[in-house]
Amino acid sequence: MTGDRPLVEVRDVSLSFRGVRALSHVSFHVDKGELFSIIGPNGAGKTSMLNCISGRYTPSDGAIYFAGREITRLKPNARAALGIGRTFQNLALFNHMTVLDNILVGRHHLIRSNFLTGALYWFGGAEREELKHRRAVEEIIDFLEISHIRKAIAGTLPYGLRKRVELARALALKPDLILLDEPMAGMNLEEKEDMARYVIDINEEWGTTVVMIEHDMGVVVDISHRVMVLDFGRKIAEGEPDAVMAHPNVKKAYLGEDAAADEAPAEADGRSAVAPAMATAVSGSRVAAQ
Amino acid sequence: MSRLSLVPCGEFKTSYRADTTLFATPLSRNMVFLGVVLLALAPLSIGGWRPVSDYWITLLIQIGYLGIAALGLNILVGFTGQISLGHAAFFGFGAFSSAWLNNTFGVPVALSIPLAGVMTTAVGMIVGIPAARIKGLYLAIATLASQFILQDFFARADWFTGGSAGSLAEPFALFGYVLRGDRQYFYVVLFFLVVMYLFAANMLRTRDGRALVAVRDHYLSAEVMGINLTKYRILSFGISSFYAGIGGALFAHYLQYVSIEGFDILLSVQFLGMIIIGGLGSIMGSLMGTAFMVLLPEAINAVVNILKNTTWGNIPAVTDGLAFFKQAAIGLAIVLFLIFEPDGLARRWRLIKAYWKLYPFSY
Repeated sequence: MTGDRPLVEVRDVSLSFRGVRALSHVSFHVDKGELFSIIGPNGAGKTSMLNCISGRYTPSDGAIYFAGREITRLKPNARAALGIGRTFQNLALFNHMTVLDNILVGRHHLIRSNFLTGALYWFGGAEREELKHRRAVEEIIDFLEISHIRKAIAGTLPYGLRKRVELARALALKPDLILLDEPMAGMNLEEKEDMARYVIDINEEWGTTVVMIEHDMGVVVDISHRVMVLDFGRKIAEGEPDAVMAHPNVKKAYLGEDAAADEAPAEADGRSAVAPAMATAVSGSRVAAQ
Repeated sequence: MSRLSLVPCGEFKTSYRADTTLFATPLSRNMVFLGVVLLALAPLSIGGWRPVSDYWITLLIQIGYLGIAALGLNILVGFTGQISLGHAAFFGFGAFSSAWLNNTFGVPVALSIPLAGVMTTAVGMIVGIPAARIKGLYLAIATLASQFILQDFFARADWFTGGSAGSLAEPFALFGYVLRGDRQYFYVVLFFLVVMYLFAANMLRTRDGRALVAVRDHYLSAEVMGINLTKYRILSFGISSFYAGIGGALFAHYLQYVSIEGFDILLSVQFLGMIIIGGLGSIMGSLMGTAFMVLLPEAINAVVNILKNTTWGNIPAVTDGLAFFKQAAIGLAIVLFLIFEPDGLARRWRLIKAYWKLYPFSY
């Protein structure tokens, strides 16, 4: 990876579904090693943006580059092989498989054996490969502290743990870029803090670039390097978390025209009044970045 | 219940290799070995005394070749979450292919059976192409079409099937030694049964097997995990047809005659019945379900015969009703299983094992 090119570059991407414009002319870039958040009110097009990067949707206009290569029309499974992993807003685990198998599915593109060598298991190297990847998966299991449930059926787990297994599965891809769609939605305070710690560790220790959608402004402000705000499919702000929170457009998007005007004096002293307000609105919590 | 561990106390795994074995415990492995050894002893006769009657040998052979085909269907339906109403046609295609290869090109039977599997795979993958795009009911109809197309092909392709006369199939021979009689052919079926089940179990615990199950459970996230949906949906049809082809070929060389009749939609539905009763997504369940489907008519027959010998047997209404009931029993069994045991015999078997593990305490 050359240092001067961003890892992800989204150029002027638009997406419409039969006249409904989900995204219009969105451009941004994510540098290697960055922790980048996308925020915005409901229906702003955040998940659509993520889906364009992961390949679920093909933009109607514009281009997406990953590691210097255009991926706009690449199939999702080919993107996984390039090193893009993701988690889903609504859980998307393989519910009837064990946690271990779920995570091993993430290794799919790294394993060479196929159904023929797999059927012969002991002859042809499939066993050796399975054990090698099992070892790698166990490292992820240790890291996310889910070793006690590795043999459990994924569908039987409580919500917070399932989210963690999903993260583990995405990590098993050995991604250069990981896309997290609301990793902390529906979690209690403790689970949120754990998840925030994992996200920071993935970013800092593993060096994985993270693009995250999150509604909890406290978490977003605390852990992201840069934030982009979408509203009705348009990019309305981008930059350092605190600066973005203070941006008048952002206030307008979240709190409405009048509220933004009322708060105008408070803005004068340079501190963002919106961030705490939004944080309370989504009953968020501040998480101490390590 | 699904989290109920059946690994006994004190059974510790100290390596990943020990944790990825085919069988959960040494005991279950030994029981399966014992089962195979007992089956291998079954056709033997001790000084003219035969512990297993000829009739039972034919039943066991039937369970064998049908069980292989049923496992194929289970890989498609139970593990990959697709549906096929044309499995009987693939079974038939395998039967004709093996006979054709042997009769036309003189391919030895020991080789023509696996080759018939390969030929059926090719046909199955062509039929599977629509499966890459359609799902559920639509796929059911598409496979139903393939059932009728293949049946029609059997009736018309005289060069391949012998047309309405059917085709003859040579008995199984190995290195010039011809296996004659059911008791010798039994070993051929047992060999293929063990090998095919082992292949499936291994395949399903490695990369491509996991990919198939992932496609079943959540195809959208499977795709994001790097799994090529089209490839695996078609591959699943291919593997399933391979098993059907092998099963059919074994059937052909068992009867030594293949008729164009018998590979109809009813057999396709029976295959589905086998895997539903046995347990969708269970390897051993496929065999259990097949055994159930083959033995159920026998059991009913036995009951009917007992009843006939009582005074009830003199009442025409009762005997007629029993004949009718024999026909309806399989349909009834499928319905009852769907209602009371949707996970099939495989789950019931797990519960029985759990019960004995915990006996006499229920916790």
